[in-house]
Amino acid sequence: MSLYYVQKALYQLNRDPRAKLRFESERDAWLSEYELTDEERRAISEPDIGLLYVLGVNGQILMHYAAMCGYEWNAYLDAMRQGLREHGPVREGLYATVWE
Amino acid sequence: MALVFAGVCSHAPGITGRAERADPALRDAFYAQFDAMRAALEESRPDALLLVAAEHFANFFMDNMPSLALGMAESYEGPIEDEAWLKINRVRIPGDPELSKRLIERVMSRSDVAYAQEWKFDHGVMVPLHFLTPRYDLPVIPANINCQGPPLIPLHRVWKFGRALREAIDEAPERIALIGTGGISHWPATPDSGMINEAWDREFLKRWCANDRKALCSYSDAETYRDAGQGGFEIRTFLTVAAACEGATGRLWFYAPIPIFAVGCTIATMEIS
Repeated sequence: MSLYYVQKALYQLNRDPRAKLRFESERDAWLSEYELTDEERRAISEPDIGLLYVLGVNGQILMHYAAMCGYEWNAYLDAMRQGLREHGPVREGLYATVWE
Repeated sequence: MALVFAGVCSHAPGITGRAERADPALRDAFYAQFDAMRAALEESRPDALLLVAAEHFANFFMDNMPSLALGMAESYEGPIEDEAWLKINRVRIPGDPELSKRLIERVMSRSDVAYAQEWKFDHGVMVPLHFLTPRYDLPVIPANINCQGPPLIPLHRVWKFGRALREAIDEAPERIALIGTGGISHWPATPDSGMINEAWDREFLKRWCANDRKALCSYSDAETYRDAGQGGFEIRTFLTVAAACEGATGRLWFYAPIPIFAVGCTIATMEIS
C-alpha cells in the first residue's frame, strides 16, 4: 500500500499542466516515478475512480481528478458508490480513520 | 488602520458549478445575501482582503504540510480546477506582498505560520471572490489552514492564530477586511456528499454568533468527524474570524442546507466596533 504516492501522483496531475502532458504522452514512464503497486497504477491509469476512493484517496484530490477525466458530478458519486460495492470499505486514509 | 470588516461564508464548488441544479428560490435567496455581503464589504472601503480558507491540496501536500500559512505573492491565479466544472473563468488576482510581509512578521511573534510566494487559488477562495469581488481588483492575502490531512492543528491554537492575525491587522495602516470561508457540517466529495447535519450547524452558528470561545473550542475532532463529517474540520476558518473579533458578537445573514451544493450555505458577519 502506498496511498501517499497515489495521492501525490494525482495531486501533481491536478495542479501541474506539465505533469498532465507527460501523463497523456508517456503514461507508464511518468507513473513509474511513483512507488505504486500494480493495483494502484491501474486505478490511476484507467481511471478506476471507485477503486481510488476505496484505496483512500482524499475527495478533495479525487473530485478534481475525476472532473479532469470528464466525470459529471453524479457519475463521480456513482463511481465511488460502485467502488464500495466492488471492493469493500475504504482501506486507508482520512475516511478509514478510527478517531479516539 | 484596523480591521474594517469581518465575516464568514461558504465556498463549496457546487455553489457555482452546480447552480442550475439547486432549488431556484433557495439558491437566489442565498445569492442575494452574497450580494448584500459584497455591498457591506465595499462600504467598509478595504485596501485589502485577508481571506482565510481551508486546504484542498491546491498548494500544499503531505510532503511538507503547514498547519497555517499566509500568502506573500505579487499575484495569485485561480481557479486551479477545470473552469467549465467550477463555472468560474481563470483570472489573475492582485496580492500585496509588502503588506503580507508585515502581517506575517507580526503574526510570527504570537503564532507559528508558514508563508508562500506561490499560491494557486482553488474553489475555497474563488467561489467567495466570484461573489464578493467579482472584478477581482481588491488585493487579496490568502491564509490557509490544513483541515484535510491529519494531524490537524488543535482549535485552541487556531484561536491563537486568529488573535495574532487581529493584532497584526490592527498595527497595519491599511484598512483590512477579514473573511473566513468553509463549510460547517458536510461530507464533500465523498459518496455521502449532500448530507448536512442542520441541527449541528445551527448549534455551531449559535456559538459563533455569541462568539463563545470556550464553546467554539470545545469540539474534539472525533466528535466533529462523527457529527459533521470530515468537512466539519473546516470550522477552523470560522473560529479564526471569531477569535480575531473576540469580544464582538455575530449576525447570521443566511443559513440553509442546499444538498446539491453539498453544504449548509452560510453567510454571517461579526459586528466589529
